[in-house]
Amino acid sequence: MDSENTISVRNLTKKFGNFTAVDNISFDVARGEIFGFLGANGAGKTTAMRMLCGLSLPTSGHGTVAGYDIVRQPEEIKRHIGYMSQKFSLYQDLTVAENLTLFSTIYGMTDGEIRAKSDEVFKLLEMTAMKDTLVRDIPTGWKQKLAFSAATIHRPGVLFLDEPTGGVDPVTRRKFWELIYRASSQGMTIFVTTHYLDEAEYCNRISIMVDGKIKALDTPENLKSQYGATTMDEVFRIVAKDAKRGD
Amino acid sequence: MIKKETLHTVRDARTVTIVLVMPVVLLLLFGFAISTEVNDVKVVAVIQQHDDGSRLLLERLRANPYFTFKGLVADNEVEPTLRRGLADAAVIQRTANGKSDYQIVVDASNTNIAQTATGYLESVIAGNTESPVLINTLYNPLLKSAYNFVPGIMGMIFILICAMMTSVSIVSEKETGTMNLLLVSPVRPRTIILGKIVPYFILSCIILSLMLVIAYTVLGLPFSTEVFNVIWVSLLYIVLALALGLFISTLANTQVTALLVSGVLFMLPVIMLSGMIFPIENMPVPLQWLSCIIPARWYISAMRTLMIQQLPLQYIATEVAILTAMTLAVLALAIKKFNTKH
Amino acid sequence: MKLRLLKILLKKEVWLMMRNPFIPKIIIAIPFMAMLILPLVANLDVKDVGVAVVDNDRSILSRRIVADVDASEFMEVKECVFLYDEALQMVENGDVDVILSIPRDYSVDLARGSKPHLSIDANGVNATKGMLGSRYVANSVMATLARWQAESGHALDMPQICVMNYYNPTLNFRNYMIPALMVVLIIIICGFLPTLNLVSEKEAGTIEAMNVTPVGKLTFVLSKLIPYWLVGILVVTVGMIIGWLVYGLAPAGNIGAIYLAAILFSLVMSGLGVAIANKSATILQSIFVMFAFIVIFQLMGGLFTPISSMPQWAQYITYAVPPRYFIEIMRSVYLKGASVADLWPQYLALAAFATTLCLIAATTYKKRE
Repeated sequence: MDSENTISVRNLTKKFGNFTAVDNISFDVARGEIFGFLGANGAGKTTAMRMLCGLSLPTSGHGTVAGYDIVRQPEEIKRHIGYMSQKFSLYQDLTVAENLTLFSTIYGMTDGEIRAKSDEVFKLLEMTAMKDTLVRDIPTGWKQKLAFSAATIHRPGVLFLDEPTGGVDPVTRRKFWELIYRASSQGMTIFVTTHYLDEAEYCNRISIMVDGKIKALDTPENLKSQYGATTMDEVFRIVAKDAKRGD
Repeated sequence: MIKKETLHTVRDARTVTIVLVMPVVLLLLFGFAISTEVNDVKVVAVIQQHDDGSRLLLERLRANPYFTFKGLVADNEVEPTLRRGLADAAVIQRTANGKSDYQIVVDASNTNIAQTATGYLESVIAGNTESPVLINTLYNPLLKSAYNFVPGIMGMIFILICAMMTSVSIVSEKETGTMNLLLVSPVRPRTIILGKIVPYFILSCIILSLMLVIAYTVLGLPFSTEVFNVIWVSLLYIVLALALGLFISTLANTQVTALLVSGVLFMLPVIMLSGMIFPIENMPVPLQWLSCIIPARWYISAMRTLMIQQLPLQYIATEVAILTAMTLAVLALAIKKFNTKH
Repeated sequence: MKLRLLKILLKKEVWLMMRNPFIPKIIIAIPFMAMLILPLVANLDVKDVGVAVVDNDRSILSRRIVADVDASEFMEVKECVFLYDEALQMVENGDVDVILSIPRDYSVDLARGSKPHLSIDANGVNATKGMLGSRYVANSVMATLARWQAESGHALDMPQICVMNYYNPTLNFRNYMIPALMVVLIIIICGFLPTLNLVSEKEAGTIEAMNVTPVGKLTFVLSKLIPYWLVGILVVTVGMIIGWLVYGLAPAGNIGAIYLAAILFSLVMSGLGVAIANKSATILQSIFVMFAFIVIFQLMGGLFTPISSMPQWAQYITYAVPPRYFIEIMRSVYLKGASVADLWPQYLALAAFATTLCLIAATTYKKRE
């Protein structure tokens, strides 16, 4: 494995019965990179990500995440990554503070570390007043920022974000990306799936998935010049014009 | 709308399989396995002095179909044998001065078994003395409990499938938010409700025919023209159960709540208070009153009259009137609730 | 480190349990519902047997027979009629359960020694009531006849029989039901609730958030089950206290034997519950499977109807129904004062089921699909 690459995948495939959700994909993500994973619903983004996180066993192919094998060492990987998805992650009936305590304890932090880190998060997110509120009672935008903080509280080497900004207004989305940049500047590798094409511009490199395959992979600038387009939106439309799956 | 729901239901093949198989299994289990008849009473004997009388007694114990004779034991082994459950009763013959004395020791934990076994044993000991009393049974001559349980199971299954499944499935759409999607669409609330209910109605009809076929063939319930009455009263009950399900769905916000509410409000009372297993007249009076508001009580009672006693319609006028009134009331309440909420 | 993880997960479960609007209420309500209402309802005692008499004899003897039947606390003579059809009509209306017919010239024939018969017809719609009801009537009639014969100087050729009712001398059916009702408590608390809990985490998606962390599957499942085990034991204790205070029924045997059985059976039910939850995708699915198990367990376990009444093939099936052993143990310990040594086959069977089901639960829980 190239030590510069935190994620390295070769010929990864996942089949559900006759249906090939992810079809023979290969790519590398360098340390500290923000790597965007684009595609329509049903293109296979989430399945690919789940294999990288050790939630799904690949049908064939191999790869490493943070130096561990995705087929043989899923539990080692889980120690070194953070994961956040738009719907799931936090317990709605636990308070803000309880959720943070739960996840940081799971990653083996000591009580002292947890207290310091939680206070830091509350200050950063301006949530100190809300820390004893149940998560179900706080607005969606705050929930997502909180979920992000819970996923990064243990300073993972790699952070997986599955459509983290779904259903959020543009202002909150901008703020959310500020958090992502902050994490990236601290040395985290970020792997993010999205279907907001404007967000693609924020990534260092992006890959576009169509029908389970990676159809394009490069920096946003290179992709735009390669397809003679001015926006990512155009690029996506050209790349995905033959898509059979998705709505 | 209806098509969407039907597709939805059918696609969940595992649930449908369970829903169709469960009534059949229940009917067969109840019909053939579950009974309160007392037979296979395990008996041991203590004989102090073997003579003609004792030989005759043992022969009769061995020959009697109600008993399983477990052999002779010593006097002091009787209690441990009963305690370990190796025998249910013991007959002790004591002989003094050429005259025999009998004692029956019975494990009275289950009072019904104990009383019946005592009766059997008394008649075995009394032997050939001709009984001056003849006992016959009307309607259900083999005392097969199968007949008795068919209406009870029908009463339970329809509540389970109609009320529970409908409420949980509506609430699950509320939870995932697809309900809002439907409600903002131009489809009218009435159509949405109908779309939710019809597939379960169809499913219930399939189950009804399945159960009737089993009851009349495998379980050997005597067939008569009353079957038409059985069908339409059942359909009435199904509609009532669906209305109940709808009503719960307007009250509950999560699937778990819907489930617990329908479980606690319907399933338990149906099993416990409807007279399905336990006779209503044995209950304390307040519980008997309570049982009056349970739809299944009236349905089961009507089904017993129609299916087992095979009596004509006028005998169930009360039951039908009450079920109709309940259906209209619940339906009105559910629709009103549904409209004001959305 | 591992313990610290388990502790925080347990804390989380307790927080969630307390904040759930229903679970705490159910946990409190279940033992009271089950122990206060079920014994009143689950009563197969046959009382209030309605009797119609078709008396065509109209003699002193026949009137005495009828009076003796009516005097019994279990039976009531509702009506004396002349025509059998009238009595039959009463059965069809559900007014009476048993018809006692006394033929014309019965007492005259009896005195002449020609052995006439009385006949008893029982409504078989409710099998238990029909059978026991007709026996009650027959017993009462026989006793009257025996007394009458003794008084009128006829020799009795019936042997004297003395009956001893062990373990439940007052013949109270409730004493038989109450110990077995603990099975309902454990099925709901340790089987039903954990299943619901696991599947709703599955539907909410939070289980995925756990699966993507380094939390071990054993730790996670244990954190789910331990609270319910503790609650289960607590609820059984409350059940025993209610049984003692309200019904005056205290275990004749060792309380330790009861707790041992309760713990083993809790393991059985929670193992089953977790296995079902692992295999179901939706709440509805898991509930139906669980419900099917519960119904079969209660029916085949001998809770309401005796196993010995089942046909042989069904009795073989009951060996695969874990509650059977638990119910047998509870009844034997409570009423007969049996010890673990007396009941070792039942304990062994429960332990075997517990081990198997917990293994199945552990192997079907997958952090990765």
